[in-house]
Amino acid sequence: MDKAKGIEPCSELPGLYVHVPFCRKKCIYCDFASTTQLGRMTEYVEAVLREADAYSELRARWDSLYLGGGTASLLPIPLLERLLSGLLKRFSFLSDSEITLEANPCDVSVDLLQASKELGVNRFIVGVQSFQDPLLGFLGRRHDGTAGFNALKLARKAGVEQLGLDLIFAVPGQDLDRWREDLDTALEFQPEHISCYQLTYEPGTRLYALKEKERLRPLSESDAFSFFWETGERLAKVGYEQYEVSNFAREARFRSRHNEKYWSHIPYLGLGPSAHSFDGRNRHWNYRHLNRYLDRISNGESPVEGSEILDREALRLERLFFGFRTHFGLRLGTLEPGPITCLSGNDEQLLNQLANDGFLVRTETGYRSSRRGLAVADALTAMFA
Amino acid sequence: MVFGTSRLFFGIEKEKNRFLIRDVHDSEDPSNSFNGTLVNAMKRIRNFSIIAHIDHGKSTLADRMIQLTGIADERTFRDQILDSMDIERERGITIKSQAITLPYQSKDGKQYELNLIDTPGHVDFSYEVSRALASCEGVLLLIDASQGVEAQTLGNLYLALELDLVVIPVINKIDLPSAQPERVMEEIEMELGLDSTGAILCSAKEGIGVEDILEAIVSRIPAPKGDPDKPLSALIFDAQYDAFRGSIIHARIMDGEIKAGDTIRLLSTKKNFRVEEVGVFQLNREPAKNLTAGEVGYIIAGIKSVRDTRTGDTVTMAERPCAKPLPGFREAKPMVFSSIYPVASDDYQDLSDALEKYQLNDAAFTYQKDSSVALGLGYRCGFLGLLHLEVVQERLEREFNQSLIMTFPSVRYRFRVKSQGLLTVDNPALYPDPVDIEESFEPFIKATILMPERYMGVVMTLCRERRGVNLRHHYPVPGRIEFTVDLPLAEVIYDFYDKLKTVTQGYGSFDYELLDYRSSDLVKVDILVNGERVDALSHIVHRDRARLRAKQACDKLKEEIPRHMFKVAIQGSIGGQVIARSTISPFRKDVTAKCYGGDVTRKRKLLEKQKAGKKRMKMIGQVVVPQSAFVSVLKSDRD
Repeated sequence: MDKAKGIEPCSELPGLYVHVPFCRKKCIYCDFASTTQLGRMTEYVEAVLREADAYSELRARWDSLYLGGGTASLLPIPLLERLLSGLLKRFSFLSDSEITLEANPCDVSVDLLQASKELGVNRFIVGVQSFQDPLLGFLGRRHDGTAGFNALKLARKAGVEQLGLDLIFAVPGQDLDRWREDLDTALEFQPEHISCYQLTYEPGTRLYALKEKERLRPLSESDAFSFFWETGERLAKVGYEQYEVSNFAREARFRSRHNEKYWSHIPYLGLGPSAHSFDGRNRHWNYRHLNRYLDRISNGESPVEGSEILDREALRLERLFFGFRTHFGLRLGTLEPGPITCLSGNDEQLLNQLANDGFLVRTETGYRSSRRGLAVADALTAMFA
Repeated sequence: MVFGTSRLFFGIEKEKNRFLIRDVHDSEDPSNSFNGTLVNAMKRIRNFSIIAHIDHGKSTLADRMIQLTGIADERTFRDQILDSMDIERERGITIKSQAITLPYQSKDGKQYELNLIDTPGHVDFSYEVSRALASCEGVLLLIDASQGVEAQTLGNLYLALELDLVVIPVINKIDLPSAQPERVMEEIEMELGLDSTGAILCSAKEGIGVEDILEAIVSRIPAPKGDPDKPLSALIFDAQYDAFRGSIIHARIMDGEIKAGDTIRLLSTKKNFRVEEVGVFQLNREPAKNLTAGEVGYIIAGIKSVRDTRTGDTVTMAERPCAKPLPGFREAKPMVFSSIYPVASDDYQDLSDALEKYQLNDAAFTYQKDSSVALGLGYRCGFLGLLHLEVVQERLEREFNQSLIMTFPSVRYRFRVKSQGLLTVDNPALYPDPVDIEESFEPFIKATILMPERYMGVVMTLCRERRGVNLRHHYPVPGRIEFTVDLPLAEVIYDFYDKLKTVTQGYGSFDYELLDYRSSDLVKVDILVNGERVDALSHIVHRDRARLRAKQACDKLKEEIPRHMFKVAIQGSIGGQVIARSTISPFRKDVTAKCYGGDVTRKRKLLEKQKAGKKRMKMIGQVVVPQSAFVSVLKSDRD
């Protein structure tokens, strides 16, 4: 394993994110900004491009572009072309940039794969979530297991450079054996990237309401841990690196370059409703609702709803938080840029003990979480916050 | 109680129709000599108090009398009442006694000065009550027409009878549908052994019978005796702290007279003070030229602390002292002890300042430095009883804005220790080495409980649970029981009174007096968190109580201590022997699943909150224990 060397993110260049807020229907667990007003897609694409214009003075060179959602793949191909080519025209991307498109299995077609490939998409993430139909039904997904399977097959056949998929575990009623099956099915495609998310109960979602009304009972903490542990074990066995709590890469070069920017305070620009941007000091975010976002843009107003400046302490807390949940880990002493101490010598005894207890692994410059540590990364952060 | 507190001294306009005996020359007196006038004036003074159980309507009656004698109109009064929302009002008890002088034109055509001296209405303050009563010649025994006689009424009545005071029974709330005045009359005869023929029926709320009461005070309570020519002796029945004027003595002049410019001496401390002002109590303090034998009033003498103006002490002249102090003086003796710590250690100085200020106004409250490994610097405090403790706590929190942690209340135990003799211990930290203890003793009280007969069973059970011995009872009137029992004081200071109220559905009443120290099987229970003793949670208890108390503490801590990366074991132990335990399982899965651009700020805000909360955490070894855990454990015994 690449110890200290792997600590640095692979690039310092900024990344661009576009939030595509459209969904045919809302899944019961989802708290992302999304809308079913599919009729406003054209308007939306134009608005994003107008928003992008506002940043045209940025002289930066970019090396990642991420189309996420919502459901990015819901955009009709011509609109997708208009959006992507418009962005590529407005911002200067390196030739080997990582360009990611998220897709719902239902939307994956030969045409989409062909078109996106031509537009430069080299990373294709399929929102499979599960191969088990009852589970997909419960979650409110609009596809079945076969659709997920076929989408991956199609993507592989189309020669997608980096194929990734999302899976969900710790769903009430989900059984550990079924989960293993899901992982095995996914592994058949040898995806470059796998994200495995524990189902979470976010306030405001239907899932949360069900839990509150005691119509369902979330898995116990120790059951959730079993799923988490099993996932890490199984994927590690076939060579995947758990480079973040929920993210696995088949090789180091298949880690999500774009997402790593979030986790290491590398600047990023977010376009579209609810998108967040960060310039190294300042973070700002757009209005969450599509209508509001579109109104602001069409009135020539900024879609930014709020912002914050990260002071030293805020940066330190976030670094701690990211450090414990990623392969970056934490340095003892100072971390560049700026003299921000993340872990001080005073913490040494505690760090030592956490290492002895198997939560942390020593690196050349500090510590990072072991798999056991990743499972409790929030608690670790709180200890040093 | 409504009239009974400091609120009356603030911000009330001067009353117009103030009229006091002392201001008029007595035309009936042919000699018209100065002293003759005084002696005659004394004939028109009546000093009295009201004995009543909580809720029997003492405040309302006092209000009515104040209104009827015209020193405050209804509006002034109501405004006053509505304006004041303090601890006493909320709890429905009078904590500090107070006095007021009512000018009254009797039906006999003469003008009288009625001095109403209020008394605190809780068992913790029976000494203060006795001193207030010692300032009177008579009392109104106020009894609720539907509730009948209660234990505290009984206790205070005995005090009054010991002092040979005239007792006028007053049956209040006769307007209530549930009123049973005949039955109460019977109780007065049978239970109290008083003649009920002179009992006055009234409804203070409706204003019925109030004038009859005033007339009875004039005709049945004797005028004070005393000699204005003798050296000054005045009984302090209360003192109140005023930020500008220091401790203000409330006194009954027994003999002699006092005026501004005199140099007085307080006999218990032998300290001398120069009198700045004397006066009488109206809705506010009303300065007067002098106070003479028989009168009730205040003395301001630049006294810095209420500690120097002890209830029961005698005021005399420095130059011409009285021969001996007035009888009955006692130092305020704390019965219950607890340590007070600031929730945040940084606030220790604040707490020190607050206590220093607070004690100026509460002579019964004692404190000295204490410290705890878990809670840092604090103070060991002494209280008259649990109510007093709660009042101090609330006042410190509300008026002085302190966030406090108070340790388990303890009584004062005694231990006979090898080679050291008898040790008195009110702080678990000073518990002697058990191998050296030859014998342990704890204080016992005699509790008097009055209740309807049907609660006999549950009350006996409660008393037995609380290690009560020597249970005895009799029926003062059919259907009612007077129950006496010897109880360890330690059992009473927890929640005995609340429990009694619960099991008797509010019908049981309770009074107590200290009996003696008795041999007892005492142990010190320690609470350990991952093997580390939490000193602030140690407490001395009877062995039979130890297991339960330890278990309660362990269970509470389990609820309050957050989970850790490791297992946290909580144990209760005596010596090294574990008698209770609970375990907090470690974190297994605690991590945010998704964290991308939009999730970071929210997550960080959460961390910032957690971080802020850490200031209120204490480390016990490697275990983080929130202050709330201490608060909750230390409160659990009283819930």
